[in-house]
Amino acid sequence: MTDSLLEVSALRKTYGGKVVLDDIDLAVQPHDVICLIGSSGSGKSTLLRCLNLLEEIDDGVIRFEGREISDPRVDRRAVRSRMGMVFQAYNLFPHMSVLDNCTLSPRRVHGVPKAEAEVRARDLLTRFGLADQAGKHPDRMSGGQQQRAALVRALCTQPTLLLLDEITAALDPELVGEVLTIVRELADQGTTMILATHEMAFARDIATTVCFLDGGRVLEHGPPAEIFSSPREERTRRFLARVLG
Amino acid sequence: MTELDRSAWEPSRRELERRAVRRARARRDILVATVALVIVVGALVVGITSAPGWDRVRETFFDWGEAKAAFPQVIKGFGKNVVVFLIAEPCILVLGAGVAVVRSTVSPVMLPFRVLAVAYADVFRGIPTILLVYLAGIGLPALELQGLTTNTMWLGTGALVASYGAYVSEVFRAGIESIHPSQLASADTLGLSRWQAMIYVILPQATRRVAPPLLNDFISLQKDTALLSVIFVFEAMFSAQDYTNYHFNYTPLVVAAVLFICLTIPLTRFTDWVARRMMRREFAGVVK
Repeated sequence: MTDSLLEVSALRKTYGGKVVLDDIDLAVQPHDVICLIGSSGSGKSTLLRCLNLLEEIDDGVIRFEGREISDPRVDRRAVRSRMGMVFQAYNLFPHMSVLDNCTLSPRRVHGVPKAEAEVRARDLLTRFGLADQAGKHPDRMSGGQQQRAALVRALCTQPTLLLLDEITAALDPELVGEVLTIVRELADQGTTMILATHEMAFARDIATTVCFLDGGRVLEHGPPAEIFSSPREERTRRFLARVLG
Repeated sequence: MTELDRSAWEPSRRELERRAVRRARARRDILVATVALVIVVGALVVGITSAPGWDRVRETFFDWGEAKAAFPQVIKGFGKNVVVFLIAEPCILVLGAGVAVVRSTVSPVMLPFRVLAVAYADVFRGIPTILLVYLAGIGLPALELQGLTTNTMWLGTGALVASYGAYVSEVFRAGIESIHPSQLASADTLGLSRWQAMIYVILPQATRRVAPPLLNDFISLQKDTALLSVIFVFEAMFSAQDYTNYHFNYTPLVVAAVLFICLTIPLTRFTDWVARRMMRREFAGVVK
């Protein structure tokens, strides 16, 4: 347990008296792919936001790379420079080209020289099938392309942990595939990821661990084969019956 | 069962420690802010009062006796500034919105009005307001037109309306153009005419969006009512100058300045409040 990349214990988060995360425990080893599943409002996104220190937690401890990052004295920017996050709505900066989006943080935060940052970004863009889009502005691209660009932007800082928050939820069904192919590729290469997702088939395919969240609690977790074929909890069974049809 | 569990929650020792750290940091922030404020304000006060000419300046600009003596005259003049402002403001809003709406029409019949609207905005934004006030206050009466008032206060108010109307029309136009075309498309599909779409759908959203810059222009207008002093309207600035000319002391000008500040600061705070409220509405959950 001591070599966990990320370790969450007894995490609690409330919004104005309403408990949205309650007593969450989670351990992530290097090369794990953790899929958070559950209905809307179950706390998946909030959990990811807490891990990236976008939200102040109400109790519990988050440890990342052996250090407690839930300590108020911790430098949030230092933590985030080791953790990447991709959002449902892409959140690319519309006034910059894709290449500038991807090199902003490496150059300004990590001090990578411009030429080197651009080589690395172009390399990743090429791998993700976006080689000819580097000079374009985000609004000129399709949703799938934008989301792939957002993934490249997160990867350009070489994070040790990638948080993906329902990154295919805003995409057309035909565009979902192109994004998931890339996430699958990242998983195969051993990228450590936590993703909140509604794509059950995908979760079953790539996850090392699936966590079912309900009402702000991890109701059940385990390898996908176990969760999807023989869930322990009645609530999990009902949820899966509904989403898997 | 879960309800019982949740109400039974007590903060852990770690959480209590964290809260103590947060409290300590908040206290430290307040201390740092206070010290920084005292140092900066102190330096400013010392810097100004130790200037070689400070005693002279204090006598000629900050004489309490002169201030009290001039106050009735200045406040009486200031009443005129307030009246001019209160009359000009609604006129400017109507004129500005009207010009902006005309500029965003597309019908061929409206072409001459569009040309006029563009010419108006270009010309009147280009002329310095003080020149417009002169031209209206001195030039117009010289034409000896039948039925035109020769009261310089009303002529000057008209000049302010013409000048600010041009600015405000551009603010409105920016607001109208910032509304996403899909809104117009939705109005079209519901069978609304262009005109109805503008009145019921586009303009209300545009106005809400440009409220902060509009209020900013009105703060500017409050101050610019003092320009009427150049055509001998006995408003606050002119009254203060008048007193100054007889008593060789500039304190009344400072009195006028303080009166203007008393009027503009509440509007400034109101503007901030409106802008913040809009932020909170548009980005619900993200901005606190």
